[in-house]
Amino acid sequence: MPTLKRTNVLTEVRTHYCPGCGHGIAHRLVAEVIEELGIREKTIAVAPVGCAVLMYDYFNCDMTECPHGRPPAMATGIKRTQPDKIVFTYQGDGDLAAIGTAETIHAANRGENITVIFINNAIYGMTGGQMAPTTLTGMRSTTSQDGRGEHGEGPPLKVCELLSTLDGVCYLERTAVSTPKDVNATKRAIKKAFQNQIDGRGFSLVEVLSMCPTDWKLSTAQSVDFVNNEMKEAFPLGVYKDKG
Amino acid sequence: MGEKILLKGNEVMCEAAVQAGCRFFAGYPITPQNEVPEYMSKRMPQVGGIFVQAESELAAINMVFGASLSGARCMTSSSSPGISLKQEGISYIAAAELPCLIANIQRGGPGLGNIRASQADYFQAVKGGGHGDYRVIVLAPASVQEIYTLTMNAFDWADYYRNPVMILGDGISGQMAEPVEILPYEPIVDLPAKDYILDGCAGRKPRVVKTLVLRPTDGLVTHNEHLQGKYKRIEAELSLCEEYETADAEIVIAAYGITARIAKGAARLARKKGIAVGLIRPITLWPFPSDAFAAVAKTAGQILTVEMSHGQFVEDVKLAVNGGCPVRFLGKGGGWYPTEDTILEKIESMAAASATIAKGEL
Repeated sequence: MPTLKRTNVLTEVRTHYCPGCGHGIAHRLVAEVIEELGIREKTIAVAPVGCAVLMYDYFNCDMTECPHGRPPAMATGIKRTQPDKIVFTYQGDGDLAAIGTAETIHAANRGENITVIFINNAIYGMTGGQMAPTTLTGMRSTTSQDGRGEHGEGPPLKVCELLSTLDGVCYLERTAVSTPKDVNATKRAIKKAFQNQIDGRGFSLVEVLSMCPTDWKLSTAQSVDFVNNEMKEAFPLGVYKDKG
Repeated sequence: MGEKILLKGNEVMCEAAVQAGCRFFAGYPITPQNEVPEYMSKRMPQVGGIFVQAESELAAINMVFGASLSGARCMTSSSSPGISLKQEGISYIAAAELPCLIANIQRGGPGLGNIRASQADYFQAVKGGGHGDYRVIVLAPASVQEIYTLTMNAFDWADYYRNPVMILGDGISGQMAEPVEILPYEPIVDLPAKDYILDGCAGRKPRVVKTLVLRPTDGLVTHNEHLQGKYKRIEAELSLCEEYETADAEIVIAAYGITARIAKGAARLARKKGIAVGLIRPITLWPFPSDAFAAVAKTAGQILTVEMSHGQFVEDVKLAVNGGCPVRFLGKGGGWYPTEDTILEKIESMAAASATIAKGEL
C-alpha cells in the first residue's frame, strides 16, 4: 500500500492559487520529480510573470523571477555559465507564447539544454481573464467578449506543433492535469524532460493543459470538463518530438 | 609597461573586458558596434568564456541577467535603438542589484536615425531609460586608452556596488583605432564575496532573486529607500572628472567623451589667440561631478557646453552650476560633430560679447 507524503522540494506554506487551479498539481509534480532525481541542491528555477510569479515562495530550491516572457533567455545565461546545474523555466501561455514567443523559439532552436514547463490554461489569469495566445476559438474573455475569432484575433497558437518543426529541439510533449491518468502522464513527461537535461540531450518542453475556474467563470468540476472536452480537442495530447 | 597595440575602440573595450575576467557576452548586431560581438565571438571561446548571439536585444540583456545571477562577469553591447530595447532588462537588473556591463556605442537618433556618432542618449543613460527609480553608473571615455581602463574599472564598480554600469561611447571613439597599452588587470577596489548568486542550494538555504515586492509600506517603499541609499553612497564616492587649465580660464568648455577631446584642441587654439580657455570633462556622467562644476563656476566667467545633441548634458551642467556663471551651448544631434574651429568660433564670439559688455557698450 503506497503512502502519500509531502515532497521536500515544496515549502510548507499555503499557496495563493484559486480553488481548482492546475498550478498546485503541476508544482507538486515538478517538485516530486526534482526530489526523485535527487537534484534539488543543483537546481535553479526561473519563474515567469503571471500567476506563477510567486512560485519562488513555494519551491525549496534556488529561484529567480524573470521579466515577462524572457525565462528561456535568462535560463540560457544561467545554464551556459553553469552547465553542471539543472535549470528549468515554468511559464504560462502569455509568458511563453505571446510576449516571449521569440525567446521560446530561439532557445528551442539553439537546443539549449534546459527544461521548460509550459502551463496552458488558455487565459491570462493574474491580470483577470484577458485573451491569451492559446484562448480557444469562440471562447469568451474580458478582451474577446464576443468570443475569440470574431474580431480578427486569429486562432489559438499551438506551441508543441510549432516547435516540432525545429531541428534543435529534443523533446516535446503535451499533457494535462484534468484526470488522475493525465496527472500520471504529466509526471512521466516532466521526469523525462528533466532526465534529458541531466543526460545533456538539449531542449525539452512539456505543455500542460490546466484549469482556471476563476477566469473561465466555471465551477471546478466544469473546468475539468472544459479541459477534457474542449481543450484536448483544440490541443491534442501526445508526444510531438522525441529525439531519444 | 604593457604591450602597445593598434586597435579600434570597440575592440579595445572587448579586450579590456576579457582581461578583467568577463566570461559571458550576449549581443545582437547593430552598427556602429559590430566589432564588439565579432571580437567576442572569437575571443570568448579562447578564454573558456561564453558568446551567444541573441535573437534580440531583449534576449541579450536577459541572458546577461542570468549570467550575472550565476556569478559570472558579463556584458552586452549595442547602439542607440538596441539600447532602447534593453531598458526593460536594465531596470530589472538594477532592481535586483546585480552587476553587469552595458556598452552603448551611440548613433544618431531618434528612431532608426543614422549610423553617425551621436551623444543624444544622454538622458536615457543617466536619467533612467527604463521604468522606476533606479540609477546606472555611466562612464564616458574620451580616448581608446581610456576605453581600456574604464572598461576594466567598470567591472570592479559593478561588483563593488552590485549595480549595472554603462559605457556611454559613440560611433567615433568606437570606430577609431589608436595605439593602446595593454595593461594587466588589477582590481581597484576590494571585491565583495558574491553571496547572492544562484548556484544550487547545496549546503545552504535556497536563495531567491526577485524584483516583485508586493507590500508597499514595509516592502517596495523600503526596497526603494535601500536603493536610494546605495545611490547616495555612489554619488559620494565615485564622481570622476578631468579638469584642463581651468584655474585661470575665463571660459571653461564642458564636454564629455569624444567631444571633450575635440574641445581640448579648441581650448589650446584659443590660448594661442590669447583667450584663457579651459576644459572640464566628466568621466562619470552618473554620478555627475557636480561639486567640480560648482567650483569651476566660481572662477570662470562663462561655461560653454558642447555636445553632439540638441541639449541634454547641458541641463546637468546648469543644475550643477546653479546660476554660478552663465552657461552657453553649442550642439546638434543627428550625426553632427563639432570641429575645433567650430568650437573656437563660438569661443571667440563669447569672448567678444563679454569684452563688449565689460566696456559698457551694450
